[in-house]
Amino acid sequence: MSEIETGKIGPQAAYEAYLAAGRFMIQRAESTGEYVFWPRVVAPSGATDLTWVEATGNGTVYAITVNRARGGSWNVALVDLDEGVRMMSTLPRVETAAIGSRVKARIEVTADGPRVVFDLVEEDAA
Amino acid sequence: MSDRTLRGKSAIVGMATAGMGEAPGFSAMELLGQAAVAAVADAGLTMQDIDGVFAATSSHAFPTMSVVEYLGLRPKFFDGTNVGGSSFEMHLLQATLALEAGLCDAALVCYGSNQRTAGGRLVSMSEPQWHETPYNPRHPITAYALATSRHMAEYGTTREQLADVALAARGWANLNPDAFARGPLTKDEVLSARMISDPLTKADCCLVTDGAAACVLVRAERAKDLPGVPVYFLGAGGANYHRSIVAMPDLTTTAAAESGPRAMQMAGVSQSDIDLAMVYDAFTINTILFLEDLGFCPKGEGGRFVENGRIAPGGELAVNTNGGGLSCVHPGMYGLFLIAEAVAQLRGQAGQRQIKDCNIALCHGNGGTLSSQCTAILGNEGVL
Repeated sequence: MSEIETGKIGPQAAYEAYLAAGRFMIQRAESTGEYVFWPRVVAPSGATDLTWVEATGNGTVYAITVNRARGGSWNVALVDLDEGVRMMSTLPRVETAAIGSRVKARIEVTADGPRVVFDLVEEDAA
Repeated sequence: MSDRTLRGKSAIVGMATAGMGEAPGFSAMELLGQAAVAAVADAGLTMQDIDGVFAATSSHAFPTMSVVEYLGLRPKFFDGTNVGGSSFEMHLLQATLALEAGLCDAALVCYGSNQRTAGGRLVSMSEPQWHETPYNPRHPITAYALATSRHMAEYGTTREQLADVALAARGWANLNPDAFARGPLTKDEVLSARMISDPLTKADCCLVTDGAAACVLVRAERAKDLPGVPVYFLGAGGANYHRSIVAMPDLTTTAAAESGPRAMQMAGVSQSDIDLAMVYDAFTINTILFLEDLGFCPKGEGGRFVENGRIAPGGELAVNTNGGGLSCVHPGMYGLFLIAEAVAQLRGQAGQRQIKDCNIALCHGNGGTLSSQCTAILGNEGVL
């Protein structure tokens, strides 16, 4: 795939362009080593030398709820990536999961575009 | 002490509500106008005396402009800080600063909403967060449910304990003729209510009502010359780390853990001095989180703290004596109603639900998804 010219677009557009190209990328500050999510122009520490790195996709469920509606239900989870950042996501293949469950990211393409979702990791297979 | 210079410098001299519950046929601004007129009259002032305006609503992009025009005011100072339901606790601080600096002489803090009769749903101008949108959260409840799930996992908090919060609120509402949800409520009814966002059911959620409120503040020395019973500003403080729930550092600890101590330090009080705790109960978990974060019980003990009617009528700690957002009123941004109840209790005007010897009240406002936290402490003349 072609390189995303991240210097010419903002971090949100860059993240979305990477996702459209099938890559789950997060930011990392060169000077401090800290990872940043969601993407922005300055890290919480104040560092601005942010570059894009491939996320490992390994994470842990930090919190989870199931939204119930007449048309069906879906879970919404906060997942702590092993890099130390948190993101909102969902575990589409299960109704819900225990807090602390290990999960692995994949990119799911929906009618509204690509998104990062997570699947439970079988502890035996890990 | 420089950090106590604002203590006792201003006083609420007029307070009123309007359209509590359901007010069919009235717009949000009409309800706000009714509350403002009544609050100014309660203060023994005229509308022309108001030269400071503080307002936030869920339906006006420029709330102070709309209020100024509607009420025919020409304020010298105005502030439309919108930090959701915590706006009004912050407005008490801003108004006190402006009064003390001589930027205005009579400050009106006001709010109005007709969300129940206008549509029956929570009205919000809150914009979606792009990094959350793909997962279709139904904020605010999704965010509060996530926080609840984490509190349960870390501390063993139970749905029964959440139900105790709802039952205490209803107990107080049953003593308040202005409360919207009155009547018997059992723990079984709360626990078997429709699940909306696990583990929160409809019974864990605040009401969707209409309602408006307004208060008038002046410098403390002027308060003595006015006809009403003044309620003094003792302290206030805010704290805020995040906007979207994903950026909240620890879902079991809110920024109230900083705003509370800030306000108490300014007021020169500690938890044991507080006779009434008014905490923003948008959902049952809020009461538990805020009682912990404000130091009324240790972190993680909130669920056990609210058991056995401890915060219900007749309990050890008076909490949300109007019935709260859960059973009294919740027009979308509830923060000014916390202040209205504190003023009623401190003035000794709370009727059947009046608590004995109420001298110091804490009002804790919450805005967004456990985001902005603002605490204000009020007292009567005896504690100055």
